[in-house]
Amino acid sequence: MMYMDHAATSWPKPKQVGEAMVSFMETSGGNPGRSGHALSIRAGCVVYDTRELVAEFFGVGDPMRVIFAPNVTFALNLAMLGLLKSGDRVVTTSVEHNSVMRPLRALEADGLELEVMACGADGLLDLSVAEQAITPGTRLVVLNHASNVMGAITPVAEVVEMAHRAGALVLLDAAQTAGALPIDMGALGVDLLGFTGHKGLLGPTGTGGLILGEQFDPEQLQPLLRGGTGSNSEYEQQPEMLPDRFESGTGNSVGLAGLYAGLSYVMAQGVAEIRQHEAQMTRLLLDGLAAIPGVTVYGPEDAEKRTCVISLTAEHLPASEIGFRLDDEFGIMCRVGLHCAPSAHKTIGTFPDGTVRLAAGYSNTEQEIEWVVDAVGEIVTT
Amino acid sequence: MTDYGVVLFHTTSAALRGEKILKAAGIVVKLIPVPRELSSSCGISLRFLWPDAERVQGMLLSAKTDFEGVHQLVGK
Repeated sequence: MMYMDHAATSWPKPKQVGEAMVSFMETSGGNPGRSGHALSIRAGCVVYDTRELVAEFFGVGDPMRVIFAPNVTFALNLAMLGLLKSGDRVVTTSVEHNSVMRPLRALEADGLELEVMACGADGLLDLSVAEQAITPGTRLVVLNHASNVMGAITPVAEVVEMAHRAGALVLLDAAQTAGALPIDMGALGVDLLGFTGHKGLLGPTGTGGLILGEQFDPEQLQPLLRGGTGSNSEYEQQPEMLPDRFESGTGNSVGLAGLYAGLSYVMAQGVAEIRQHEAQMTRLLLDGLAAIPGVTVYGPEDAEKRTCVISLTAEHLPASEIGFRLDDEFGIMCRVGLHCAPSAHKTIGTFPDGTVRLAAGYSNTEQEIEWVVDAVGEIVTT
Repeated sequence: MTDYGVVLFHTTSAALRGEKILKAAGIVVKLIPVPRELSSSCGISLRFLWPDAERVQGMLLSAKTDFEGVHQLVGK
């Protein structure tokens, strides 16, 4: 059995993740921030320590600027719905996931001005296209850090500079890159960053969040939910303080205990080390697949410009058939179809049929990559 | 009889952050439910020995930890 679906969620998680969650359930089970007793405080400490670790990991000085959310989709929705008004101009790319596209299309129907920058057939964003699109008066630029379909990496720092020159804020969707590429929010100058805990950070599902950059004024962002926070309880109005302004209702503290363990593992390994390993897997996979007749691989040719997410199609054989046979005959698990990103597939010319997506991760070995290449070869040539 | 002080915070996250910072500096602190006589915005507060009051306040300010105020609890 071989897991090649790390872009959907990482597996297996480090053993410490499950252990931390069990330990939390057994020893820290209070409701963080709601009571003053020992178990509540212990749970609060787990949540706070995770907040601090996430801030350190993303290069943010103030841990209160880490807003936990159930997933990156929630975080991106909070950023876009909480910030944008009818009449605002927003620029995004043609390779975004539906977690960005759907909220933006809904806002567009309500009067938002939306421009979608066309990326190249390899999924890469041309800076001259960005220069044209990000005009003065643009309110927000929404970018994924890397595509979940073909792994193309966005030149974030350059786009941030353009956006700030035009007076626009930047929201970065780091779903595919947190834990896979080094990210320093301060150095990148990103104003808002959405992350998930269950992919490259090796935590459990149900974890993620929105990080507010040091220069971002939280007052311009409206909460998506209002409710109990354990603070300012005498008032019927939502508190203004971070993170409570954006964190209503009991959070996923057991999940955050797991995220702490996953992120600790990632930090101990080092993202640079993980990136090197994954880039090597990517090169092997790209070289191996290129040698199979009838197979088309999408995305940048240069392994440096991509994460280890690879999309492919084969002549005369639908993606679903390849995916099924990889699983059924070889025990190789991947994801086929449109990957919740129809616009990205239109960009690379694989809509509506979709692709076979192979996404290696930290746990895959070179030998496994060779098996995958052999398996794809056998399926498409026999 | 020891005189204690408490720091009140706006959020639980800030209280926990304050505890970490002060503990790391070797100041004796304990998280306690907010004393009834003091109104507060979050459920927990940080108790310390009153002679440390100036240091406590200074450290929280320099770490830019958001807190509501420092109060003396006489004879508790």
